[in-house]
Parts: sequence; C-alpha cells; structure tokens
Amino acid sequence: MTWRRAIALAACAALLVGAPPFLPPYALTLLTQILIYAIFAMSLDLLLGYTGLASLGHAAYFGIAAYVVAIMTTQHQASFWACLGAALLAACAAAAVFGLVAIRATGVYFLMITLALGMVTWGLAFRWVSLTMGDNGISGIARPSLSSGLSFARPLPFHYLSLVAFLIAFGLLSLIVRSPFGLSLQGIRETERRMRALGYDVWLHKYVAFILSGAFAGLAGAMWAYYDGFVSPVEIHLVTSVETLLMVALGGPGTLVGPVLGAGVIVLFKNLLSIYTKRWLLILGLVYIGVIVLAPKGIVGAVRGAR
Amino acid sequence: MEFWLTQAFNGISYGAMLFLLGSGLSLVFGVMRIVNLAHGSYFLLGGYVGLTTVSRTKSFPLALLSGALSVALIGLGMERLFLRRLSRQSLPQVLMTMGFALVFQDLGLLVWGGDPYTLAVPAFLAQSVQAGPVFVQFYRLFIIAVAFAVGIVLWVFLERTRAGASIRATVDDAEMAQGVGINVPLVSAGVFALGAFLAALGGVVGAGFIGVYPGLDFEVLPYAFVVVIVGGLGSLPGVVVGSLLVGLLDNFGKALFPELSYFTLFAPMALILALKPTGLFGKR
Repeated sequence: MTWRRAIALAACAALLVGAPPFLPPYALTLLTQILIYAIFAMSLDLLLGYTGLASLGHAAYFGIAAYVVAIMTTQHQASFWACLGAALLAACAAAAVFGLVAIRATGVYFLMITLALGMVTWGLAFRWVSLTMGDNGISGIARPSLSSGLSFARPLPFHYLSLVAFLIAFGLLSLIVRSPFGLSLQGIRETERRMRALGYDVWLHKYVAFILSGAFAGLAGAMWAYYDGFVSPVEIHLVTSVETLLMVALGGPGTLVGPVLGAGVIVLFKNLLSIYTKRWLLILGLVYIGVIVLAPKGIVGAVRGAR
Repeated sequence: MEFWLTQAFNGISYGAMLFLLGSGLSLVFGVMRIVNLAHGSYFLLGGYVGLTTVSRTKSFPLALLSGALSVALIGLGMERLFLRRLSRQSLPQVLMTMGFALVFQDLGLLVWGGDPYTLAVPAFLAQSVQAGPVFVQFYRLFIIAVAFAVGIVLWVFLERTRAGASIRATVDDAEMAQGVGINVPLVSAGVFALGAFLAALGGVVGAGFIGVYPGLDFEVLPYAFVVVIVGGLGSLPGVVVGSLLVGLLDNFGKALFPELSYFTLFAPMALILALKPTGLFGKR
C-alpha cells in the first residue's frame, strides 16, 4: 500500500466516523443506505470482478437474510445477535446449495442458472404467504438493541452500526482478495484452464467464493431489514440483482472501492432523482445504457485510464 | 374430472400464449447467446399498441399487425444501434437490455398511464360454450389457433427456406456460418426483430385475455425464460413442449399448491439448467 493510498483511506475513514453527527437527517439516512448497498455490491464483486462469474440472482442471499431477520424479530422477538447469526447462516446455506447447482456452468449459462435460482427464491417469497406474507411483505421490524442496553433505534446510532458492518466487510474482503486464495480467484478469472493445469481445484475455489459472496450479501440484507423496517419480494427480485450488477459495473469491477462508489452513485441518484422528477425510472434506464456505452470499465477504470 | 379438464384447457391456452412469447426469446438466444431482459417489454408494448389501435380503428386484425410490427422495428433499432457492438459480452448485454426494459416500462406508464386495460376482442371471440363438463371460451381457442398457425409458419420458414437455413446454421455455429458466407450480422438483426415481433404478437393476443398493465413486462419475463430453458435454447420443438409444460404446470400448480406454485415452476428450470444446460431439446 502506498503512502498516498493510506492517507486517502485514513481520510475517508475519519470522514465516515466524524461527519455523521453534523449531517442533516435526510443526508444521514442516504449515507446509511449507501453503506448497506456498498456491502451488497462488494459481495457481488467478489464473484463478478475477482472470480469472473456474473450472477443474475445475487439478491437471493440479500433477500433471504432480510426475511430471516424480519420473521425472527416480528414473530419471535429474537435478539440482534441471534437474528444476525441466523441470517448469515441462512444466506450461506442458500449459497452453498445454489452454488452446487450453478458453479459447473460458465459464461451466459451461469447468468441463466443464477437467474433461475434467483427466481426460485423470489417465487417462494412471493407465494409462500403463510411464511412471508407474500406481496404485502413483512413490516414492523424494530431496529436492534443489545442486552447491555445499547439501542440502535435512532438514526445516528444505527448509522454507526451500519458503518461498523461496512468496515468489517471492507476489511475482510480486502484480506480475502489479497490472500493467496483471492489471488487464485483472479487467476481463474484470467485463465481458468491454466489454473487447472497448475493443479488448482478451480471448482472448489469458485464454490468457496460463491458462498463467501452470499454471506456478505446476507450481511447487507440483514442490515437492510433493520434499516428499512420492511421486507418484501422486491428485495429478491431480478431488478434488484441487476441493479447491484450495475453498481459494480459502474464503479469498476475487480476493485473494492469501485462497488462502493457505484453503490453511492446509484443510491443518491435514485433517491434524489425521485424527488425532482416522476420520470426517474426512465432516467435510470438511460443510466444503464449510458454506463455500458460510455464507461465500460467503470469509474475506477476511467480514472486509471486517464492517468 | 371437470376440474382436470378445465385446468388442462386453461393450461394449454395459457401455454399457447407463452409459445408466442417464448419462441422469439429462444430464437434470439440461439442465434446471439444474449440474455434479453427487455423481452417482456416487447410483450407489454405490443399489448399497448394493440390497445390503442383497437380503440382508434375498432379493427382487431389491424391491432395484431400494428402491435407486432411497431415493436419489431423497436427491436431492430435496439439490435442495430446498441446490442451489435456488445457481441458475445454477456454482462454488458444484460445491463443494456435491463436499461431498455426500464425505459420501456416508464414510457409505457407515461403514454398509457397506470390503469389496467383489457383489449376489446371481436364479439364472436368473446363468446363461450359449455362443452360437456368444460366451459370453453372462444378466445382461448383463438389463442391456441394463433399459436398453432405461428408455429407452423415458423417451422416452414426455419426448415424450408434459405433464410431459415441460415438461421439454423447460425444457431449451430455462428463462426462456421460466417465462414461459409452467411451474413451473420444480418441474420442476427433479422432474428432479433422477429423475436420482438413474436413477443409483441403474444402481447396483443394476451391483452384480450390477461390484460395489459404496468408491471406486466416483468411478470411475463420469468415465464419466457422458463419456457425457453425447459424446452431448450434455440429449438422450436423445444419451445412447443416447454410452453405447454409451463402452461399446464402453472395452472395446476396454482390450483393445487398455491403457496409453492412459483417454486414448482422455477425449480424444474434450475434443475434442468444444472443437469442439461441446453434444455431438454437443445443440441449443445
């Protein structure tokens, strides 16, 4: 890590920790949203950018974790740690099962099969009304509080909780992508055949990456359920999966900063645009098209290219 | 017995509509290997254009024609101007088609508003008769007839004409097809327009049956994928079998296990993809 990079990171961290108390309420909620979506986008990037697997069903793990939190808090009044543990476990389990089905496929078939698995999950959330309340969703999810009396109900404490979750995810993912395992993933992304010839178990590497990616998506989903207080099949829908792909593609796949930037831009864009115009969906559609035409390597790629 | 016959009839007629929707997606995937998330939007736009045509001209055949043709032009434009440059880059293609799906969704809302509509079908199609235990709506028979006719025409076109042979060759191996002098970009553009045409035709037909409303695009899109994946990517007989299976599975699933009905639909799709990624009838 160069000095300049270290200073930039430290400045970002200081800003993230120091600024929130001074922000107006609306800006704070937007920032919380960005942090949670940043976790989600980074989790997808572990697959897309580092392993070279484009998943069209990544919202499944996000949604499953969100539903676990929703059901456990509203029906069983479970504690924060119990909910978080169960949500992560459920997301991992789903990824472990789906991974068995999906990993064999490559390229466009991987897209199709993850699309199908995402739809299976969405279909369950939509139709299994006795468990999920169907299209109405589950509302009234209370913000967590710890047994020590620390409550995250108010926006500022909850924001710091999200920040902790984000920093943990960022830190762990940084370690993962720099580890020998992470470097092997990038090798698989570049030339799978050579890695196989060198004796790497390509399937196992992809499978582990798939589960890890699902776990971090689950972390984001659990935080989202607490943040929003409401979970519905929209969280699992194809549109959510594709939007996360857009965040990664916009920011720059194969970096961790990229997805964070992408999540920031898209969250701000959606929220602010919907204040000023009813036609935000149209403009969001144009953003999709524009990103592909104008910035195929994302923001980070464009910045690097300009240097 | 009445239950089974009625559900079977409903399932087959729903499958007929899915055939119109899925055949285009299958052809497009076969030739271009593209996951087109805007395919449901063609269905929606076709329905809307048909609706406007009927309300202006009172002509149902004209609605079928105008809906299908106008959307075919949209598809052609999308392929020539945007998707062509992304040949074989699956992720940018997905994002691009998603962008178009959102644009079409919002334009639909802008032009036709948020209310659901049902297309007024000709009086003789709006009738129904009691045939033994089954209540037969003529319009459902009409959908089956349209799907049958389109299926025959497509089959003759693909199997008996030179253009059809070029398409089949491109499905089998685009590189070789290019090598033996087939104009693959032209085939791609034509097939893309044809795919949009078929989906929009399905949309007009569907508008007199399930109606047309915002959100319909993303509601039918999963069905299109299930049909195509179950039957096989790029295979016409596969789409026939796939759409009938999905139509029946969907109807019986909803009637018998309402809570698991999407699961009974999508889980087989995921399994088939895992075991035989090219579908039941796909070649590779």
